[in-house]
Amino acid sequence: MAETALTNTVVPHPRPPGWQGIVADWSSDQRAFKNVPWGKAMMWIFLLSDTFIFGCFLLAYMTARMSTTVPWPNPSEVFALEIAGHHIPLILIAIMTFVLISSSGTMAMAVNFGYRRDRVKTAILMLVTAVLGAAFVGMQAFEWTKLIMEGVRPWENPWGAAQFGSSFFMITGFHGTHVTFGVIFLIIIARKVWRGDFDHGRRGFFTSRRGNYEVVEIMGLYWHFVDLVWVFIFAFFYLW
Amino acid sequence: MVDVLSDTNTGITPAEVVDVELYHPKSWWTTYIFSQDAKVIAIQYALTAMAIGMVALVLSWLMRLQLGFPGTFSFIDPSQYLQFITMHGMIMVIYLLTALFLGGFGNYLIPLMVGARDMVFPYVNMLSYWIYLLAVVVLVATFFVPGGPTGAGWTLYPPQAILSGTPGGNEWGIILMLASLILFIIGFTMGGLNYVVTVLQARTRGMTLMRMPLTVWGIFTATVMALLAFPALFVAAVMMLLDRALGTSFFMPTLQEMGQLMKYGGGSPLLFQHLFWFFGHPEVYIVALPAFGIVSDLISTHARKNIFGYRMMVWAIVAIGALSFVVWAHHMYVSGMHPQFGFFFATTTLIIAIPTAIKVYNWVLTLWRGDIHLTVPMLFALAFIVTFVNGGLTGLFLGNVVVDVPLSDTMFVVAHFHMVMGVAPIMVVFGAIYHWYPKITGRMLNDGLGKFHFWVTFLGAYAVFFPMHYVGLQGMPRRYHDIGETSFIPASAHDLNAFISVAALIVGAAQLVFVFNLAWSLFKGKEAGGNPWGATTLEWQTPQTPPAHGNWGKELPIVYRWAYDYSVPGAPRDFVPQNEPPGGFAVQGARA
Repeated sequence: MAETALTNTVVPHPRPPGWQGIVADWSSDQRAFKNVPWGKAMMWIFLLSDTFIFGCFLLAYMTARMSTTVPWPNPSEVFALEIAGHHIPLILIAIMTFVLISSSGTMAMAVNFGYRRDRVKTAILMLVTAVLGAAFVGMQAFEWTKLIMEGVRPWENPWGAAQFGSSFFMITGFHGTHVTFGVIFLIIIARKVWRGDFDHGRRGFFTSRRGNYEVVEIMGLYWHFVDLVWVFIFAFFYLW
Repeated sequence: MVDVLSDTNTGITPAEVVDVELYHPKSWWTTYIFSQDAKVIAIQYALTAMAIGMVALVLSWLMRLQLGFPGTFSFIDPSQYLQFITMHGMIMVIYLLTALFLGGFGNYLIPLMVGARDMVFPYVNMLSYWIYLLAVVVLVATFFVPGGPTGAGWTLYPPQAILSGTPGGNEWGIILMLASLILFIIGFTMGGLNYVVTVLQARTRGMTLMRMPLTVWGIFTATVMALLAFPALFVAAVMMLLDRALGTSFFMPTLQEMGQLMKYGGGSPLLFQHLFWFFGHPEVYIVALPAFGIVSDLISTHARKNIFGYRMMVWAIVAIGALSFVVWAHHMYVSGMHPQFGFFFATTTLIIAIPTAIKVYNWVLTLWRGDIHLTVPMLFALAFIVTFVNGGLTGLFLGNVVVDVPLSDTMFVVAHFHMVMGVAPIMVVFGAIYHWYPKITGRMLNDGLGKFHFWVTFLGAYAVFFPMHYVGLQGMPRRYHDIGETSFIPASAHDLNAFISVAALIVGAAQLVFVFNLAWSLFKGKEAGGNPWGATTLEWQTPQTPPAHGNWGKELPIVYRWAYDYSVPGAPRDFVPQNEPPGGFAVQGARA
């Protein structure tokens, strides 16, 4: 993360055309991705790995859903709420999705202000993101509680295939854990921004490295990823 | 190839990355124990991996005692036998080979070979080791819990893995095993991200990807693969843990146990096999690719000749890595599948033979007319080629559905697998340790002991696994505690089994010589100097041996050439280090 501001990548000679040019780009001197700091490269690669984890979870769930001989409970009904006498399908999930997507918006704004080195706005927007994330987890906790009260367990449920509860708790649990970790790190980084660590180049406690505002963007990558995963969970678990 | 060499004439681009600020340890604890230095972490990884590997070695002895002399050793009962094979396989594949190649050699060699001061995130790297150690401790703990370790086989196939008939199935064994795997994957991911980013983003000036030593290419590609393959194992482990601990039915169909209908129902055991082998097959190459890379460097260095077809070697590594993700179901022919899928997976499996054969030919052509020094690392490298060709050829048999189905549950598979993924990579591990020990400790390993160790290990391994092919073709099943009286297995097969067991005991014991050599040479070995083998790669050009914290003193090295300038005509020495400027030898070379 030390190399933030350097943009002095030079191209010594013109690139060869076609595939050779692509290979030359990728295998070029010192860095494969020019002007990409280490932390950002690492986060991208981690997210790629994490994509495989969520991909495996979702594929496993779809296999279970397609191969079960018992009917699958209807998600629209299971996740419906009675609000003011109206029976509204999927309403809680819709609100959760709205909250989480909105938090992506505030995160993007935080990244923007981070690059302008606007300490206060960055910190506030990150905290708003954290609050929205925490609200999401809170609503998820409410949803879990409601289903558990109705008799849904990882090993059984009143409406059909046992794998419904298993997949639901496993996938939303794993995603919720991701959001929770995100909220924790949002708060940690917001505190650092607020304290001015990245303006004074304060050294990390464990790493003794100087932090900078790129951490905000790296945090943003993670947060947008978690939101994107939710979109897939929403589509495949709730809308299917 | 031509442009790799002609690059040496172009100018060196200015530094793109400001030199990193390293964490400087302040106490003995942060220098040697909770160290953030990749070299110390590498040694910690390697020692832990070898220690747990010794446990797996002893387990293989116990298995062989039972197989060679059934009924003689009453202390080995069928349950224990199953526990031994499970733990032996799991430890050797994951906790020894994966950890040693990536955590051990990866940590030590990547920063040094690409000219970096350390891994990009040393703190995360340190955490990686400690989580790995925790995974090993949890694994070892399974030996001491009620019911003992799991006996499900290293593939942990459900439903049997979590049923009461399998050792550890309804006790702690399987739970701790899965927990240990999950920990291992978390720890590995932390290290793996470091290795990948270091190779991609932290190379020194002049070190383009196409100038990297093949060792780094092998470890790098294997790490990328591991980051994409381990997620499948992670998911499978989490789901089986839920099946076992919470009673979900991801992998569990409706079953009766002891006449009782179990609470499970509706799950798919095949789903686990797909997830497991989506990890499991790339895992073979996660172990093999670093071995391919390292052996290329050993052969080139000790034959004093540039590697033949460097670019093809790189592309073969990448191609093998990519192909290995589309062959997993060849482990599942006997599980039953649509014939067209069988056809597809057999085809992809056989296609892998092409890049692999390219590599083998290139190794042999590198040796061709080389100045071969039969040093201990070179002996091990040659043994690797032989063993790998051997194991690879039987792999071609087993890749075909019709051949695989009758052979699948016999010792033939055990022999094939051990040849190609057991003996071959272990040969490289030994070769690499003999090769780099002088850099790590500053002293040479004892040559006589090394040669003794080599010959006993190499010939012994053949004595163990060559006859095993034959025993397998005779129909001797694998994973059986005792085959008893059968009409189809001739008496000669039993004699061979006894022979194999004796050979296995000897090979195992010979490893004590190696361990002794490691310890003895640390204090009494010959002083090595900075570059005892006359190698070109950067790790041999460090200002200090062993390399100090930060590796390079004040200035990072600048790379002017590829890693294989051996026996260059006109050069004053028979090797030109990667950081020697062009023209440096041309002037001196005028005398030649």
